[in-house]
Amino acid sequence: MSWYYIEGILILSGINLVAVLGLSLLTGFTGLFSFGHAGFMAIGAYAAAFATMKLGMNFYVALLFGGLMAGIIGYVLGKLTLNLKGDYFIIATLGFGEAMRLILDNIQYFGGARGWPGIANYTNLTNVVIINVIGIIILVNIINSKHGRNMKAIREEEMASNIIGIDVFKYKLKSLMISAVYAGISGGLLAHYIGFLQPKMFQLIKSTELTIIVIFGGLGSVTGSVVGAIVLTALPEVLRNVKEWRLVLYGATVVFIMITRPQGLMGGKEFRVIHIIKRIVSKLKAPLNKEVS
Amino acid sequence: MLKIRDLNVHYGGIHALRGVDIDVEEGQIVSIIGSNGAGKSTLLNAISAVVKTSGGTIEFKGKPIPKSVNKIVGLGISQVPEGRLVFANLSVKDNLLMGAYLRRDKALIKRDLENVYRLFPRLYERIDQMAGTLSGGEQQMLAMGRGLMSDPDIILLDEPSLGLAPLLVKTIFEIIEDIKKMNKTILLVEQNAFKALSIADVGYVLEQGKIIKKGDAKELIADPVIQEAYLGKRKS
Repeated sequence: MSWYYIEGILILSGINLVAVLGLSLLTGFTGLFSFGHAGFMAIGAYAAAFATMKLGMNFYVALLFGGLMAGIIGYVLGKLTLNLKGDYFIIATLGFGEAMRLILDNIQYFGGARGWPGIANYTNLTNVVIINVIGIIILVNIINSKHGRNMKAIREEEMASNIIGIDVFKYKLKSLMISAVYAGISGGLLAHYIGFLQPKMFQLIKSTELTIIVIFGGLGSVTGSVVGAIVLTALPEVLRNVKEWRLVLYGATVVFIMITRPQGLMGGKEFRVIHIIKRIVSKLKAPLNKEVS
Repeated sequence: MLKIRDLNVHYGGIHALRGVDIDVEEGQIVSIIGSNGAGKSTLLNAISAVVKTSGGTIEFKGKPIPKSVNKIVGLGISQVPEGRLVFANLSVKDNLLMGAYLRRDKALIKRDLENVYRLFPRLYERIDQMAGTLSGGEQQMLAMGRGLMSDPDIILLDEPSLGLAPLLVKTIFEIIEDIKKMNKTILLVEQNAFKALSIADVGYVLEQGKIIKKGDAKELIADPVIQEAYLGKRKS
């Protein structure tokens, strides 16, 4: 395996991770499932590519532009659909994701279904890692803020949150918008890594992949999302040797984890180095205490 | 204090409340009794804007109530929902503090927290326990405590005795009387008609979405029709 190959896998993991981080806020912390986030990725990808290739914008500004466009569409979608309860909202996001793909299929300006080749390659491992670090810092701050606590309250007991005075609709909308911005930025990174865009890249399977990663990593855990994104993006590549059995093993792995750890890899907990050190120290101390007593 | 006139609620084709009029005066306990599906919970949910009304007016302190649920608590109306709905993964204390979500004055919040502990010593014993691990009765107490933490003028209690052992039911009703002594107005919805009427000042009987009887609670208890239908006494 060459470094170039490993670097490629890491970049793709990182690109997925940006979208997964946003989805983690929506699904893991607010309790709303979405099967349409590939749609937001698509908006971000096409908007960012449009900004760099047609408007000549700076790559990073274009990424933000893509994220912003996805966020605006997320706002509109949320306004229209967030009053729907549970399963109906999922169906609405599913419809949105597929509609987005079909609309892009028909916009000839962006190459339609044939795709849009020749997008400049600005994405590299360094900027993907930096964007992920920034993304994680912002996400953790949101989660630990008042906004994050309100979102968690909504996840736990929506009705109770409402009657104690939390504006449930507003916080659901915020959560959806932020997750759409993350997905949009992820799409922009993807466009400038592959160098080619086609609506087919943002099918339902992409949305489900993102949701699977969030659940696989553990709902309500940022570190779980990070581990999940790296493991599940790398897994098909690791399994490349077994050829046609590859996706069977991928599926089997996900099923295996869900049976043995239904709460996901991290199960709502965070991985913190300090905690582990504390635990080791307390274990070392434990026998000493016994001797004293 | 609370004035409801000609209230109508529809669930799709079902006409759940048909022209309900209710008055709650300050400092009273008003009990609404009725059988399953009579529309009792719907009535409370209409007051707290959880369900949309299809006609009529609800006025609180002379002003119509707002349409969004989260604005209600700020006015001084606090609902204790049916089935408790406590935050299972938060401690007892944090659940209570969530009840004071809209309030900023830390000293007053602390005062009310102490009042709730005085009212429910059982909660104080379990202050750091996760709410999901409490018994049904303790969860009911926690939900009521949380309702009080917003320092409401009126508290809406939805079936507080639901699924509790008789001894606990007695405790809960004693606590409701204690809450009244804290200068709170109480609107109580109950299936346990005898208990609900015996602590109330005014009673209403709701049947198939209509108020079929209203009056002084003591008189309602003595009413032979009510006794037969709701209090389980035989015709002699």
